Amino acid sequence: MNFKKVIKSALMFGLIASLAACSSSTPSSTATTDGQASTVPDGQETYKIGLHYEMTGAVADYGNAELKGTELAIKQANEAAGYEKYVSVTYDNKSDSTEAVTIATTLASDGVVGVVGPATSGASAASYQILNDAQVIVMSPSATQNNITLSDPNNKDSDVYDYVFRICFEDSYQGAAMAQYAVDSLKATKAVIYGDTASDYSKGLMEAFDTQFKNIGGEIIATEYYTAGDTDFSAVLTNIKGMDFDVLYIAGYYNEAGLIIKQAKEMGIEKVIIGADGFDSESLVELAGADNLNDVYYTTAYTTVDASEALQAFIEAYKAEYNEDPAMFAALAYDATNVLIKGIEEAGSDPAALQAAINAIDFSGVTGDFTFDETHTPIKSVLVVSLVDGVQSGAEFVSPKE
Amino acid sequence: MAKNRFTKTNFLWLLLIIVSYFLINLLINIGIINKVYQTVMLTIGINIILAISLNLIIGITGQFSLGHAGFMSIGAYSTGVIVKQMGGNLSSVFIGMAVGILLSSIVALIVAIPTLRLKGDYLAIATLGFGEIIRIVIQNMKITNGAAGLVLPKLLDWKLVFLFLVISTFIVVAFTNSAPGRACISVREDEIASETMGINTTKYKIMAFVIGAILASIAGTLYASSFYVIKPDNFSFNKSIDILVIVVFGGMGSYTGSFVSALLIGILNTSLQSFADIRTIIYGALLVMIMIFRPQGILGNYEFKFSNLLKRFNKKEARS
Repeated sequence: MNFKKVIKSALMFGLIASLAACSSSTPSSTATTDGQASTVPDGQETYKIGLHYEMTGAVADYGNAELKGTELAIKQANEAAGYEKYVSVTYDNKSDSTEAVTIATTLASDGVVGVVGPATSGASAASYQILNDAQVIVMSPSATQNNITLSDPNNKDSDVYDYVFRICFEDSYQGAAMAQYAVDSLKATKAVIYGDTASDYSKGLMEAFDTQFKNIGGEIIATEYYTAGDTDFSAVLTNIKGMDFDVLYIAGYYNEAGLIIKQAKEMGIEKVIIGADGFDSESLVELAGADNLNDVYYTTAYTTVDASEALQAFIEAYKAEYNEDPAMFAALAYDATNVLIKGIEEAGSDPAALQAAINAIDFSGVTGDFTFDETHTPIKSVLVVSLVDGVQSGAEFVSPKE
Repeated sequence: MAKNRFTKTNFLWLLLIIVSYFLINLLINIGIINKVYQTVMLTIGINIILAISLNLIIGITGQFSLGHAGFMSIGAYSTGVIVKQMGGNLSSVFIGMAVGILLSSIVALIVAIPTLRLKGDYLAIATLGFGEIIRIVIQNMKITNGAAGLVLPKLLDWKLVFLFLVISTFIVVAFTNSAPGRACISVREDEIASETMGINTTKYKIMAFVIGAILASIAGTLYASSFYVIKPDNFSFNKSIDILVIVVFGGMGSYTGSFVSALLIGILNTSLQSFADIRTIIYGALLVMIMIFRPQGILGNYEFKFSNLLKRFNKKEARS
């Protein structure tokens, strides 16, 4: 071993130590199962809740927001109970569906009563079968893919997983709601659809919008595509500019939508632009510019406009805890955790009783009031938010008609 | 003259396989290896197959390929689509595996014939591009359900993965020790010299590449039938890099090294599971350490052989 190598590794250890020091300032996320027995009063039960989130990797943004929402809900429940009634067991699935399988198996063998997460549909689908077989309740805050709670998402008639529930509405419901709003409230009859070919989210939205818009008497003038990561949309937008239409439906995330809106407005397309909850980000304003965000509407599950009392309380508690505004994902995870906790309060930890209690729950949370339908998807109305100079200024409930 | 296949070393290898099979079986039955460890075992087994097949291309033949995840996805999606069409049973997995092998060998041939005339970095770029092409094609096909991927039932347990691990190892080792395998090594050592010796370098490169692709496709089949969800994202460029890391970590040209490093990385990943925040840092640091202290990988090009053990044993006997 020569001197240079020793120096190199010493430098590296210094780097790691400094990184570790940085990361230790964030709330600790390791399993906290021991050392709490002393705080539990005699004769009181404790329940383990598994947190199965994308804490690192491609969609770590969503996972970490949901982790915060869930931890807040557990903390509040423990404060209400007066002792550590709910113990969280946290694992990182690295935004990877292979890892999600391992985590789901680990959680099942850890003996958790319920699991909250994962944030994405892929990791969720990889976990459902394992946890369902182990009779562990899964509350998915944001697995929006169509029919993901069924054992075969491509087959509408396949069995629904008994122990799997989700808190968000699915992609197709959201797309249909926007079509309904476009026809009823925006008086649109002709629409252009612009979406991402490589995203299941975008495809689900486009199909649903297309079907519903045609069903209620609208006409789809054209359907155009981009690919995630594109930055120049002028070729397609020039094409669209020459068409005769009322609304432009952008089915995608804020990264591309922001740029599309900016380039469309600069090109002089003054039509109404509509979208889905992928628009819901501060970055949309940064990318598109506040001036360009007028006559823009999108569907979402959560808005701070006209906040209810429960929602205001949540926002305040969240700000006090983390010193930042809650994102939609945090709110969904907060509701998901509270549904699970409410179920446990009613039925205890017996899997079948708990499943029945949650299935029959009538819940009123920060993302709206809902009950579960036969596919364990919430029946709740979609909110359509309108933007004025980039600021959310109005919110309206919409439900698509059959 | 027929070569004697019933040598002492072959017998010892067979014994090792049988003993480890029954040992794992026993450990599972008495509950020491629980379901979590079984899942980890599946990951490790599949990673070993991927690593040794890539090692054949990179370590033995010296061709730098970055498209291994592409071949894996061909196997995974062939199985996925056929399981979807025919219903989830073991026979559809095997049909899927056969289709995967057929498709991946055809695709590997199409890719190999023009690109294996390239050298070094150019080949890496070409195979990288090809891996991405496969992924984008899968992403845009109706039958593969696009970006959403396929949700599949779990159809395999560790026994089949173990079986295919043994078969794959046998194939790569037997190939490496055969005449074409020796020719591949000569291509790695010096392409011009081996050409001068009359070796058809392109032919042997293609041979190694196609065998590697077929084994990767088998690994894909095993993955699809044990991990519930296959999505185009699972087989991105990053997956190819993950496999490459296992190969380089263990030592290029050493199958034993690929075994050891896939095991180590799998165990490391699992044991660091509850330290989510710093897991990637520790993992990265360990890789850097290995590269500083053992740039040739953990085992370099050392290969575990019973014949060496026997030789040493016999020497000791003779001395005493």
